[in-house]
Amino acid sequence: MAKIGTAGNYGKEIRSDCKVTIELIKSGGLKIELISKVKEYFEDHIISLTKDELKFFGIKNAKIKIEDRGALDYVIAARIEAALKQLVDTGKEYLLSIIPENTNQTKRERFRRSRLYLPGNTPKLALNAGIHKPDGIILDLEDSVAPAKKAEAAILVRNTLRSVNFYGAERMVRINQLPQGLDDLELIVPHNVNLILVPKCETVEQIKKVDTKIRKLNKKNHKIWLMPIIESALGVINSFEIAKSDNVIALAIGLEDYTADLGTQRTAEGTETFFARSQIVNSARAAKIQPIDSVFSDVNDMEALKQNILISKSLGFDGMGCIHPRQIPLIHSGYAPNDVEIEKAQRIVNAYDDAKKKGLGVVSLGSKMIDAPVVKRAQQTLDKAKFGGSKQ
Amino acid sequence: MKKADKFVKNAAERMVPTIVNGKRVIPFKGINKYKPTHKGAAPRVPTCIDYPKDGNKIVKSLKDALIKSGLKDGMTISTHHHYRNGDYVANMIFDIAAELGIKDLRWFPSASFPCHAPIIEHLKSGVVHHIEGSLNGPLGDFCSHGKMKGLGYLRSHGGRYRAVSDGEVHIDIAVIAASGADMTGNANGVLGKHPFGPVSFSKTDVKNADRTIIVTDSMIDYPCYPWEIMGNDVDFVVVVDEIGDPNKIVSGTTRITKSPDRLLIAELCAKFVDAAGILKDGINFQAGAGGTSLAFVHFIKEMMVEKGIKARSVIGGSTKFLVDMMKEGLTDYIFDGQTFGLEALSSLRDNPNHIPIDIFDIYDFHAKGNMVRMMDVIVLGSTEVDVNFNANCVTHSDGRMLHGIGGFQNCMLAKCTILAVPSFRDRIPVIKDEVTTLVAPGELVDVIITERGIAINPRRKDLIKATKNSGLPIRDIKDLKKEVDSICGIPAKPKLSDEAVAVVEWIDGTILDTIRKVEG
Repeated sequence: MAKIGTAGNYGKEIRSDCKVTIELIKSGGLKIELISKVKEYFEDHIISLTKDELKFFGIKNAKIKIEDRGALDYVIAARIEAALKQLVDTGKEYLLSIIPENTNQTKRERFRRSRLYLPGNTPKLALNAGIHKPDGIILDLEDSVAPAKKAEAAILVRNTLRSVNFYGAERMVRINQLPQGLDDLELIVPHNVNLILVPKCETVEQIKKVDTKIRKLNKKNHKIWLMPIIESALGVINSFEIAKSDNVIALAIGLEDYTADLGTQRTAEGTETFFARSQIVNSARAAKIQPIDSVFSDVNDMEALKQNILISKSLGFDGMGCIHPRQIPLIHSGYAPNDVEIEKAQRIVNAYDDAKKKGLGVVSLGSKMIDAPVVKRAQQTLDKAKFGGSKQ
Repeated sequence: MKKADKFVKNAAERMVPTIVNGKRVIPFKGINKYKPTHKGAAPRVPTCIDYPKDGNKIVKSLKDALIKSGLKDGMTISTHHHYRNGDYVANMIFDIAAELGIKDLRWFPSASFPCHAPIIEHLKSGVVHHIEGSLNGPLGDFCSHGKMKGLGYLRSHGGRYRAVSDGEVHIDIAVIAASGADMTGNANGVLGKHPFGPVSFSKTDVKNADRTIIVTDSMIDYPCYPWEIMGNDVDFVVVVDEIGDPNKIVSGTTRITKSPDRLLIAELCAKFVDAAGILKDGINFQAGAGGTSLAFVHFIKEMMVEKGIKARSVIGGSTKFLVDMMKEGLTDYIFDGQTFGLEALSSLRDNPNHIPIDIFDIYDFHAKGNMVRMMDVIVLGSTEVDVNFNANCVTHSDGRMLHGIGGFQNCMLAKCTILAVPSFRDRIPVIKDEVTTLVAPGELVDVIITERGIAINPRRKDLIKATKNSGLPIRDIKDLKKEVDSICGIPAKPKLSDEAVAVVEWIDGTILDTIRKVEG
């Protein structure tokens, strides 16, 4: 029986995706069958894209079936490539041109209050994710992707990094747990990703492996930051070493796996995770990087989310993960500085401006001396206050 | 007889027929450029002595009533759509007509729904010549393919009312489903076993039809009060087992959307209304029953609570959400033209501030200043918009008629009309260079709000000025279009034939656009 390659998803509930089925044949050229709800508008376009891609991979004879639910070019291309790579061994990659919005690099100290998780193999969620203005968007290759779909997801995530406008959100990818995650890097690193999340990170050696592989793959020398996720007792113990490692700019905690590792369950009060959360904040602050809290998974309970953020902020976290766009505005306003913090920051910044105007080398507020990092932090507090509350 | 003939270019630059189904019609002349001057409909003059002395007008069946009403070939039969997709009555009428061998009827509903698909058989066999009224679902598709013998005629809710009262459409027999009625024909939609709400759409039918039949499944002892329909306007009363299923009034649309993108659109609408200075104590606004509109109400409510203000009136599609608003003291009145769900129904029955309204009062071009013009803001959905702010709500971009026209055009007269739309659906851009079907001329569409930004009609300098420093993502509509095209790609133009299958009437009775036959 002929081998058949297949990738993608098709069905009544599926949107912005397609399923591609390819069978290589001996002769007869390319036989393309297109079933699409947008056929009337995009038939010629999709057919010519398909032909171009197959030509690129040197395929002359094949039966190709595309069952489409309004997928954009970058999705169709990814599905064809993934289906084809199940049939032929090739190192080639079919890349659509990268959109200009996705070439920027991000700063170490930028806000990372909200990072929106998107399942890496579900294109409909990626298209409009940026309009909800999270600080970061995570294309997830790990837990939200079924094992059988890992390969096609990595190709789709690569194309998403190149083609989808995230409207200023930091482009993040969560790779798989090592060692599989190291292979993911090959598809991700060359395509302007801003930050890699390393799940279930337990030792500094793991993070160094990731960093080394990134350096090797990163031909353009595009700045790529690391955010390890600590999800185990051992990880918590090693968190300071991990936090100090090169290019690590934030330390996140994943509480579901952590509580399982402890042999306990998560409670509303969170007593069981208090130590780990505090330890993460402490390690991150000691390494002068950002401590980032776990996701809050009940998307319908906005009140509980608010309470959760309040506690998180008081523990010292700078931000948290989210799994639904509606959580974003609450997170931004929740981590925004309160009135006391704003007032204090304003006084520090004013004192600094005053000193500068007067040409003084030393900044002081009342009887206290203020050094440069304090001023910088105060300025950040004011920025957060200014942008934190509003979504747009 | 040609369905449509003698095409001319109207003031909206659209080619429209001047003869439709054998009758002369007037091409659109521009907004507020046409006023009919004639005297209006002249209904049959009855005398009380022709009716039973004891008031009892019950006949044994709908068939009997239709025969006694003189049903014959070529007549016009009207119905209302208060049961929406749960109506049983329209299908009964045409099944009886078929049984009696009647041909070439004109069905004149206030809207049709997918439950009326059986009428396709009657269209094929010639019992029904054509439908004049909102077409969607299978009937819309049937008409889109040019299979209807007559030309489809789409009128807004207000436009339908106008057409009856000024004599453009003469109704031979009005058949009114009423959830409660007495033997002499006093009737309403709030009593009985299958209540649906006010009988808003039928008031003009009973005043102008030659014969009126009330069909009910719940007899009420005389007097049936409130008598939205007066027995004095009724010829016959018929009792059947079931007239409709109220559960099918509430379709999937009457829930707050869960889509984050649509929630964002609704939130932007609410923020815009606030930034523009429209959200003030005593505001009057309309909110539809669609998912995005309901979410808009949700956000407006939050803002009202925060500001400590309330609305004076809200016009619905009344839903649980509006009822909650009134219960929470956030609006003094609900004006109700169509009731969705049990909560809204009991509120309509029990709360004197929940007021049933007549379509004449709210929408009709012939009203001496209708209510919609006094509304501060209305938020509506739309299938397509274009860079000149023209809007379409009846066809998809492929030209297929898939949505009812409803009160869309009538709502354009509000002080601020907002269209809340996603910028694309399944790779098909919603913002076009030119809408496929023109339903609302751009000069009346004030704001288009998408998840990617807000476009204000350049004519509304006041709104532009008011929201200038609001921090809202206000953008040129052409920029928005450019962005959407860069995401979706430019779709090929759909293949439409030259053959007309329906016309869209403007609220003043002139012909605004032609809908063409869909190929394939």
